[in-house]
Order: sequence, then structure tokens, then C-alpha cells
Amino acid sequence: MDFFVLMLAIPLVSGALLTVVGERDWAPNLNIVASLGTFLAAAGLTAEIVASGPRFAFGEQFFIDSLNVFFVALTAFVGLTTSIFSGPYMRNEQEHGRLTKPRLRLYKSMYQLFMFTMLAALTTNNLGILWVAMEAATLTTVLLVSLYRTPASLEAAWKYFILCGVGIAQALFGTILLYFAAERVLGATGNALLWTHLVDVKSQLEPTIMALSFIFLLVGYGTKVGLAPLHNWLPDAHAEGPTPVSAVLSGLLLNVALYAILRCKVLADGALPAGFAGNLMIGFGLFTLLVAAFFLSRQKDVKRMFAYSSIEHMGLITFAFGMGGPVANFAGLLHMTMHSLTKSAIFFAVGHATQKTGTQLMENIRGLIRINPLIGWGLMLGTLAILGMPPFGVFASEFMILTHAMKHFPWATPILLLALGVAFASIFGKVQPMVFGETTAKRLPHAPAITPVFLHLAIVLMLGLYIPPYLTRWFHEAARMLG
Amino acid sequence: MTTAIPFSAQLINLFAAVILLLAFAMLAQRRMLSLINLFALQGFCLFLATLVAAVTTGQVHLYYSAGLTLALKVLLLPWILHRLVRKLNVRGEVEALIKIPTTMLVGIVLVMIAFNVALPISELSQTITRGTLGIALAVVMLAFLMMITRQKAISQVVGFLSMENGLFLAATSATYGMPMVVELGIALDVLVGVIILGVFFFQIRDQFDSLDIRHMEKLKDN
Repeated sequence: MDFFVLMLAIPLVSGALLTVVGERDWAPNLNIVASLGTFLAAAGLTAEIVASGPRFAFGEQFFIDSLNVFFVALTAFVGLTTSIFSGPYMRNEQEHGRLTKPRLRLYKSMYQLFMFTMLAALTTNNLGILWVAMEAATLTTVLLVSLYRTPASLEAAWKYFILCGVGIAQALFGTILLYFAAERVLGATGNALLWTHLVDVKSQLEPTIMALSFIFLLVGYGTKVGLAPLHNWLPDAHAEGPTPVSAVLSGLLLNVALYAILRCKVLADGALPAGFAGNLMIGFGLFTLLVAAFFLSRQKDVKRMFAYSSIEHMGLITFAFGMGGPVANFAGLLHMTMHSLTKSAIFFAVGHATQKTGTQLMENIRGLIRINPLIGWGLMLGTLAILGMPPFGVFASEFMILTHAMKHFPWATPILLLALGVAFASIFGKVQPMVFGETTAKRLPHAPAITPVFLHLAIVLMLGLYIPPYLTRWFHEAARMLG
Repeated sequence: MTTAIPFSAQLINLFAAVILLLAFAMLAQRRMLSLINLFALQGFCLFLATLVAAVTTGQVHLYYSAGLTLALKVLLLPWILHRLVRKLNVRGEVEALIKIPTTMLVGIVLVMIAFNVALPISELSQTITRGTLGIALAVVMLAFLMMITRQKAISQVVGFLSMENGLFLAATSATYGMPMVVELGIALDVLVGVIILGVFFFQIRDQFDSLDIRHMEKLKDN
């Protein structure tokens, strides 16, 4: 059986299946088994691509190369660990009476469909299908954000839908313009939206159209990445949705949206004078980084604060890809991996911490280390990792981005250092009393799943100390594709 | 060069102009049901424009996309919206819109901007419908304005769908439509989106006793 077909079929089928059997007692296990199956298929696919190079699937509609297979593996892995984490987490929520069985069924089914849409978006070769899958990813998560049906969560979901809907409509206009430019070269066939065909003729695409098209695509998909000033939906959706949803939104969906921008940037770079697309991304990236860093210090809600931290990191990554070149692209890809793993680990720890204390307000969360040392340490280490402390992997990627910026864009260095410094001070100052001191936490009916937290942190630590040569090769290969 | 514009192109331009006028009418409309009817009418004009383009150019897939427009935007979506309005019992509701004249003036400025942005691009297009690209962008911007200025959740959604109409017109006018598989996917997304929103409306109403989004301004950074 083809690994690729399996990887897409498992979440789709199990998502449909869970709408029927999602209320059974064993349904959470089915969710985990399905995610495990997806992960194994993705791992198989990765091995296949690494061994024998890029391939197509379903005619030319899907295309897997070393760039997207890297995101596929990451997505499937975090999808698996999040499903493991959500088992006990959601049971605790049910015991607390915050969720009913039908809503848990909705959650599990939508979770699998969300994984399907993300994997489809990552592997498709057709830029039109990419848009369709991105929009579908929004739709599957709207009802997840409003899962608690509280006024705040409904408001967050509404904002999420409207803002991302408008944003993604801009991306559709960009896609139409791109098709328009491509059609003049490739003719009005179905091939004119296939990335592999576009990349062959990218230097012939009409620059006027491509410039406008890239702006619309960047703004459109940028809304989903959380680039300022279009980031307003992100903190609300992360703070009000269930924590597993925050973890996958932050760790995965933002990456997928950024991936869409990267694919478009390759085309725009070929058609436009050097630096046009890159400078736009540098501008958006730095602005996002600054805005997020200064909003960080004003947060009181722990999930909201880490949502702003995600915006900050997305800004940094966008900046890195904007600089371009092998080193910056390498650093950007590495940072995306590190951010995904670390941020989802933090959300796992935060999820259990908020359950134990019954609040998301940071001033009421105290002394986690007393009641559960593992969660306390998990949060502390995760925070240190995301703030870029050595020896964690985030340090390596941030250091590469900084040194590259110093060399080629020296004017940006003070802005970067300022933003990173402000972020460090705000986050560390708030997390420290949450972990240490007198405790406000209590015991939970279901023991939390600690393994995912430390598994992620261990990988981040390992990658900070030692990146295996095959991974380096892989990153280099992907970075080279981005030009 | 002054060549006579072919009759079919004139017809398409006419329909596009009506679509733009309807976008303005929607901007000024205060009653929920009339707003939905205007949206259906806009979809119908889009259907006619696509049909004329299909007949003139003989492109088979344009017939399909015209059929898709008719089924989805003229019949199915307005029907769903009508049902929602009846079930949610917001039929009589009138939106307290202040400053309609101001909104209209802003709209006119947006139309001018849209035409200026679209001008260099429509000059590159070889389709008979290229003149409508500016109109399409203007419709998108007007729909955007409508979403910003409205306070009822349903009118925001109608604005969203109207934006979709504008995008569809853009696709038809610049390139004779997107590849079929993409168009089907977009249609599916829109349909699923409206159904999900339907569910969502009931949740909002149960929680706030109203579909007024002014109740939903609590989440802020403080």
C-alpha cells in the first residue's frame, strides 16, 4: 500500500468514523491509534522521499519533495503527541462538567479532519487546492475554538472565522492573479496552477501581475500565520479554545500557512526583481516581532501570553525567510521545527496547570512544582527553551538568524535584540512565580500525560546539542529549494 | 485603436455593472430579508455573465461553473439563509445603521482605488471580459466594507458571500474561470462554511439572546 495514500486516508476515514462512534469509551484510543497510523505512514513516506527523491501522486495533483515532506513529518508527529495529551486532558474536562459527550465526539472527529486538511495542504501540487485545503482547515477548527460554548469562546470563534475568512479571500484573489499570469505562459489547461509546472516557467511570468499576486497572497495567508497587523484573531482563538486545539493551531497550522507563503515566494522570486518578495517579508516579519513582543508584557492570561509568543516567533521566522539565501532559510526551517515542538510542549504543560488550578489567569497559578514537579519543570524548561536559552535548539536557530542579520541586514539587529529582550523579560518574569512558591493547585481525577511534554523537550534539547547529519542534509536540501 | 466592442462583451459589462450596483444596494440595505434577496439577485447576474461568456467563447467548463453559480449562489445559499432567518426569528430585524451616506462615499472611493489597481492588469488580459476585472475588485472591496460596518452576524456572512461573488467574477473576467477541480473545491468550502455558520448562529443566539455582534467585544488585551 502506498504510504502517501494511507497518510491522507487514515485521518479522513477515522474522522468520518469518529462522528459515528465518537461517544464510546474507547473513542479517545481510536483517536490516538489513528494519529499513530498517520504518523507511521508519514514516517514511511519520509523514508521513501529521502531514499528515492521527489514524487507525484494522483497524477500530478500531489507532489512531495524534501521541503514539504519535512513539514509532513513534523505535522504527523505533533498530531500524534497532541492526541496522546488530549486523552486524559479531555477526560478531566468532562469530569469538571465543562464538556459533554457529544462535544467530545465533535472534538475528536474534527481533530482528525483538521489533520487531513493540513496534510492535504502540505502535499498538494495545485495552488488552487492549497487554498481550498487552507480554508477547510479554518472551517474544521472554528467549531473547535467554540467547543466550550462560553460567550468568550463564541466571540473568539466568530472573530477567527471572519478575520481568517476575509484574509483567505485575499489569498484567493492572489491565486486568481497567479493563474492569470500562468495562463499566459502555460495556456488555459489544468496545469497552469500546478507548482511544478509554474516553477519551470517562473522567470517568464508577467512581473506586474506577479507583484500584485504575491502581495495578496502574503496578506491572505499571512493572516493565518498571524502576521501583524492581521493577528487579532490568534490570541483569542488560542486562549478560548481547548488546550489541545491551541497546541495544534500554534504548533502546526501557523507552519502550514507559512509554508503556503514560501511556495508562492519561490515563484515570485523567479518573476520579480531580486528582493521584492523578500523585503516585503522582512518588513512584515520585523513589525510582527515588535508588536508581539510589546503585547507580551501586558498579558494576564497564560494561554494568551504564549499565543503572543507564537506570533513573535512567526514574525522572526518570516524575517528569516525574507532574508533568503541558504543560511537564513536553513535557520528559518530549523526555527519552525523548534517552535512547533517547544510551543506544543508548553501548551501541554499549561493545559494541565490550568486544569489543576482551575484558572488561566497567571496571578492565580502558583507553585506548580509543589503539587506536580514534572509539570512544573516541564513548563519551566519549555519556557527557557522558547526564550532561546542554550542548550536548547531554539538558541541555535535564533543565533543563526541573528548572526546572518548582523552580516547582511545590520540595521535590523537592534530591532531583533530589543524584541527578543522584551519578550524574555515579560515571559520569564511571569512564568517563574507560576512554577515556584506556595501552591494553588489541586489533584486531578485523571493523571496527566507527561510523556509528550518531555518527549518534545528532549528532541529540542538534542537538536540544540547535536543535529544528526541526515537531518542537516535534509534541511540543506529544503533550504536550497527555497533559493 | 478604436474597434467596436462586441455585443457579448457589452452584455457582460452590463451584467458586471449591475453586480456592482447591487453591491452598493446591499451596502445601503437595512432589512435582513431584502439583503438576502439582493445577494441572490447578485448571484443571478453573475450566473448570466458567466453564461454569456460561456456561449461566446464556447469553453465547456464555463457552462459548468455557470451551473454551479446558479445552483449554489442563486438557489441553495439564499434558501439556507432564508431558513436561518426564519428559524432564528430575526426576520423583522432592522439594522440600526447610521451614516449610510458616509459609507456610500467611502464605497465610491474604494471603487476608484479598485479600478486604478486593476487597470494595468486588465490591459494585459486577452479575454473579452477583461474590462470587468476592475468591477470585480470593486465588488470585493465593497463587500469588505459591508463586513466592517455591519453589526448583525448574518449581514456579515452575506458580506462574506458577496465577496466570494466578486472573486468569482474576477476569475471569470481575467481567465475564463479557474480549473474545474479548484472551482468545485471552493464551492464546497463555501457551502460547508455556511452550514457551519448556521450551527454557529444558534450557539451565538443561545448564549447572547441576539445575533448582534456588539455583544462580542469583550476579548481585549488589557
